[in-house]
Amino acid sequence: MPVPAAGGAGRVASKADILISLRGVTKTFGQGPTAFQALKGVDMDVRKGDFIAVMGPSGSGKSTTMNILGCLDVPTAGQFLFRGFAIETLDRDQRALLRRRYLGFVFQGFNLLARTTALENVELPLLYRGEDRATRHRMGMAALDKVGLADWWDHTPAELSGGQQQRVAIARAIVTQPDVLLADEPTGNLDSERSVEIMELLTDLNRQSGITVLMVTHEPDMAAFAHTVVHFKDGLVDRVEANHRPGVVPALN
Amino acid sequence: MQMFLTTLVLALREIRRHILRSFLTILGIVIGVSAVVTMVTLGNGATAAVKEQISSLGTNILQVRPGQGFGRGGGGATPPNFDLDDVAAIRGQVAGVRAVAAQAQSSGTAIRNAANWSTTINGTTADYFDVQPWPLTSGRVFTRAEEQAGKAVCIIGSTVYDNLFRGEEAVGERFRIRDLSCQVIGVLSKRGQSGFGGDQDDVVIMPLKAVQRRFTGNREIRLMLVGTDPAYDTAAIQSSLQSLLRERRRINGGKEDDFNIFDTKQISDTLTGTTTILTRIVTAVAGISLLVGGIGIMNIMLVSVTERTREIGIRLAIGAVAREVLLQFLVEAVALACLGGILGLILGFVASISIAPLMKAPFIFDPQINLIAFGFSALIGVVFGYFPARRAASLNPIDALRHE
Ligand SMILES: Nc1ncnc2c1ncn2[C@@H]1O[C@H](COP(=O)(O)OP(=O)(O)OP(=O)(O)O)[C@@H](O)[C@H]1O
Ligand SMILES: [Mg+2]
Repeated sequence: MPVPAAGGAGRVASKADILISLRGVTKTFGQGPTAFQALKGVDMDVRKGDFIAVMGPSGSGKSTTMNILGCLDVPTAGQFLFRGFAIETLDRDQRALLRRRYLGFVFQGFNLLARTTALENVELPLLYRGEDRATRHRMGMAALDKVGLADWWDHTPAELSGGQQQRVAIARAIVTQPDVLLADEPTGNLDSERSVEIMELLTDLNRQSGITVLMVTHEPDMAAFAHTVVHFKDGLVDRVEANHRPGVVPALN
Repeated sequence: MQMFLTTLVLALREIRRHILRSFLTILGIVIGVSAVVTMVTLGNGATAAVKEQISSLGTNILQVRPGQGFGRGGGGATPPNFDLDDVAAIRGQVAGVRAVAAQAQSSGTAIRNAANWSTTINGTTADYFDVQPWPLTSGRVFTRAEEQAGKAVCIIGSTVYDNLFRGEEAVGERFRIRDLSCQVIGVLSKRGQSGFGGDQDDVVIMPLKAVQRRFTGNREIRLMLVGTDPAYDTAAIQSSLQSLLRERRRINGGKEDDFNIFDTKQISDTLTGTTTILTRIVTAVAGISLLVGGIGIMNIMLVSVTERTREIGIRLAIGAVAREVLLQFLVEAVALACLGGILGLILGFVASISIAPLMKAPFIFDPQINLIAFGFSALIGVVFGYFPARRAASLNPIDALRHE
């Protein structure tokens, strides 16, 4: 059972399994009197194959943490180890290559290229990897198939529903077979039925393809799909919960 | 290399996806390139046409006329015409002179059967055909004997032939011109329009003496054509000719010449110089429009960077390195500029090939200017594409993604 360290209180996970670890990570935006410390020393471990939901009030630093984990942003201070590498020493291009090789992103707003077919969107990361046309096509179609949209490959985002667009975005994120999938409020723009579909898809990817999933959500229903729930508060990890029966939505009534 | 191919694919896709925007972007370049190419091509054609027209006057020929300049000179006594002694003196005393032909002009209506045609009568000597070669289509030029006797024989230009004989055999036939019955001994080949618009073939050439006796009624000569030897320096010939004539006409001291020597080559140089300068000026203006076109590309590329900020964010998040984004935008700009260049070349080609005939100038394809204009448009793509491309590449992925 994966247990992220929270403060010093949690159990320390076995070292070999740890994919990501944050130690005392802070992030300050701006300088001087207007400076704002969004993260105040986050400690967090992510084990290989984990499915983590990040929750917390608005402004608690969830997205900021995700951006740092996704190598889109750098911490102001603290240590960030990914597969044992000190990420804070990497430069801009090295971080880009790390994203290309190991990470996949899914955003709340889908962020697909407009006027571009689903397949072309999914193929985009492969293009940057330098794959040839045939390989791109094969892998792109395989990824679309995984999210159940193989028949929609030639549709542009404008011709797809929100749920379908998010599934295309997920296909794009997993087409390179990343180690980690980072999703910041992936169901934020979807109705509950579509949201459950996306969660089931993420669960599948986590179980069958062994992709480590980190997901920010405000909805407990969605967090219930995760194995671990990390609660943020005021730029710190507040508490870590283990979910022993992931996927079972707690009955409210 | 792989990276370059990737970005080329991306750039071309992007251009195709935004066809209208792409077209508007390159419009300035299209117009600039086509303007430059058209102006230079037409300018070359005009220069060639001017040269061609001047050479129709004959090369290596000095025309000597009484009076100053083209006009008859302002006020005072009319300067005297030349006579045959002047002709003989020039022939004998000026080094580098191949032949000298005297000319006396008149005009009149030529009549044969029902046909009549008014034309120019040119009295001259057989030297006329030595000064400037003018092949005959049939017959012969006049002999010394006919020339000395001032016989009523004539050589007719093709226009006169067409109007009086209409394809029939002319040599040996007679027709009347003013009150003189004259026998055709030769027909001239067609020469076409002169550079100054006159029909050179509308002429009847007769022995000088016949024209003087029967038409002008004096022994004066209004024009001498001096054929020069190309091996001699024209300026030297011109100056010894000038001093000979001053001496013969008793002009001394600081008094001005009362005759003028007109060198066709000099005129040719002046006129082609003028068209060359005009071409350069117009080309410079066209070049400025090309530059403005380049700024247009930069403008639209900058707008498109702003517009596509989110797209850039997505690409960066997916793992594009800054270099690739830079290259994509740069390649996009260069591809657009080259596309504009090609369209401009085509447009310029079409424009100059269709305008040239209206200007009565030949169409001369100039590969050099086409290459230069195209190269310049590619350069514009690089220069004006670089700044927006660098801006795109330097964006922070998070900020770019958050951009609405
Ligand atoms: N680029 C930035 N410049 C300045 N302040 C920022 C920046 N990004 C985030 N912040 C601030 O940092 C704090 C944490 O932001 P963050 O986006 O991580 O919150 P969040 O937990 O994701 O909230 P939400 O649930 O609303 O998405 C917020 O107060 C926010 O205003
Ligand atoms: Mg957020």
